[in-house]
Amino acid sequence: MLKHRVMPTLLFKEVGLVKGVGYDSWRRVGAAMQAVKVYNMRQVDELVFLDIGATPNGVAPDFHQIDELADECFMPMTVGGGVRSVEDIRNLLAVGADKVAINTAAVADPALISRGAELFGVQCITVSIDIRRQPNGMTEVMTHCGKQATGLDAVVWAMEAERRGAGEILLGSVDRDGTMSGYDIEAIRAVTAAVGIPVIASGGAGNYRHMAEALSKGGADAVAAASIFHFTEMTPREAKLHIKAAGLPVRI
Amino acid sequence: MTSVAIIDYKLCNLDSIARAVEECGGKPIVTQDPRDLGHVDRVILPGVGSFGAAMTNLRAAGFDKALPDAVLGEKLPLLGICLGMQLLAERGTEHGDHAGLGLLQGTVTKLEPRPNGGNSAPTERVPHIGWNDVTPMGCSPLWDGLTPGTDFYFVHSYRLESPHAEILGTTECCGTTVASAGRDNIMAVQFHPEKSQVAGFRLLKNFLAF
Repeated sequence: MLKHRVMPTLLFKEVGLVKGVGYDSWRRVGAAMQAVKVYNMRQVDELVFLDIGATPNGVAPDFHQIDELADECFMPMTVGGGVRSVEDIRNLLAVGADKVAINTAAVADPALISRGAELFGVQCITVSIDIRRQPNGMTEVMTHCGKQATGLDAVVWAMEAERRGAGEILLGSVDRDGTMSGYDIEAIRAVTAAVGIPVIASGGAGNYRHMAEALSKGGADAVAAASIFHFTEMTPREAKLHIKAAGLPVRI
Repeated sequence: MTSVAIIDYKLCNLDSIARAVEECGGKPIVTQDPRDLGHVDRVILPGVGSFGAAMTNLRAAGFDKALPDAVLGEKLPLLGICLGMQLLAERGTEHGDHAGLGLLQGTVTKLEPRPNGGNSAPTERVPHIGWNDVTPMGCSPLWDGLTPGTDFYFVHSYRLESPHAEILGTTECCGTTVASAGRDNIMAVQFHPEKSQVAGFRLLKNFLAF
């Protein structure tokens, strides 16, 4: 039986690892290589690696940096941030990414999803969707690291991403990011009900119960989290023991 | 030291496999040149990409002839990984109908989620992404020292439909799916041993020791 994944998220910006709140107020939390080695030793299910400086600064992914990290990363790795072309996807796969996350560029040019899927297979194209709840009730897709509104509805965009060949959706919440107040279960549920591809819930995990809820109530396949692993004593392994106790399949 | 050719057809994550082979005590040789198959101890056909694009690139480099010659003629031990397993089949149906390398029997078809049956059980999702347990079948040396039911990391949306005699292991996704296939010196896995940590490295060491 397929297991639910618990995925630590590493956000890097100008070499260092950072963590923020609401996709802002970034704090340095250490060196990326050190974190990779620790998670490697702990045999985590998968890592999410996002270069949050790339798109806002208009630069390509730092292939050299990712190459060095990937060489120490004997676990599955989804890499994103600044991916704008088929060549960027090819280069990230070449240096060791298993899946490439596309966010801003996919909204700007949805055909990039199909081109990537045709060349490299749907399974390695992850479309990253950041959402923000608007006063009118809309769950709006945000790009440029949560800064730019698109007018797109999250469910409508998730369905289009799937139709164009996305193999997975990484669903992040700008509202919940860094708050540790729980995932946006309602938004996760809406997306998982609308698509047939796996969905990784991200943004807001403050305890293990939040993770179990995103899986059981939200219908997510996997949960990603950053703050609780950076700023607390909580670990991916403890999270999985809790999720298992809640009756959900995980790899211990 | 066991030398391992890793075939580079310009679509995949060669670094991870090369690093894993190194960690397992082998000497990886990433190559786009079929002549290298003549002086290595093992060959790995890795795998990310789509079937048609991969076959086009393999043909352009001459591996469509050189690989079967080395594997069938010289009995060079071969490990196909993920798409690299599927490419060994007779046919693939990803984005059209394509001939494969024909080193293993069977056709590659899309994973189709089983109907939900109207109950509240979670629907199966495709691609099949994540850790899933593998039940070994037959007695392949690939499984030496590995407990039946060990989890390996999968990421794929197509599967090889093998005849019973060539199935080396199965997993449960969209029904029973072939997780490993092979015969004699031809071995293949649908999952990624290079990303499957302790269990994956054990399997790679078993391949190096074959």
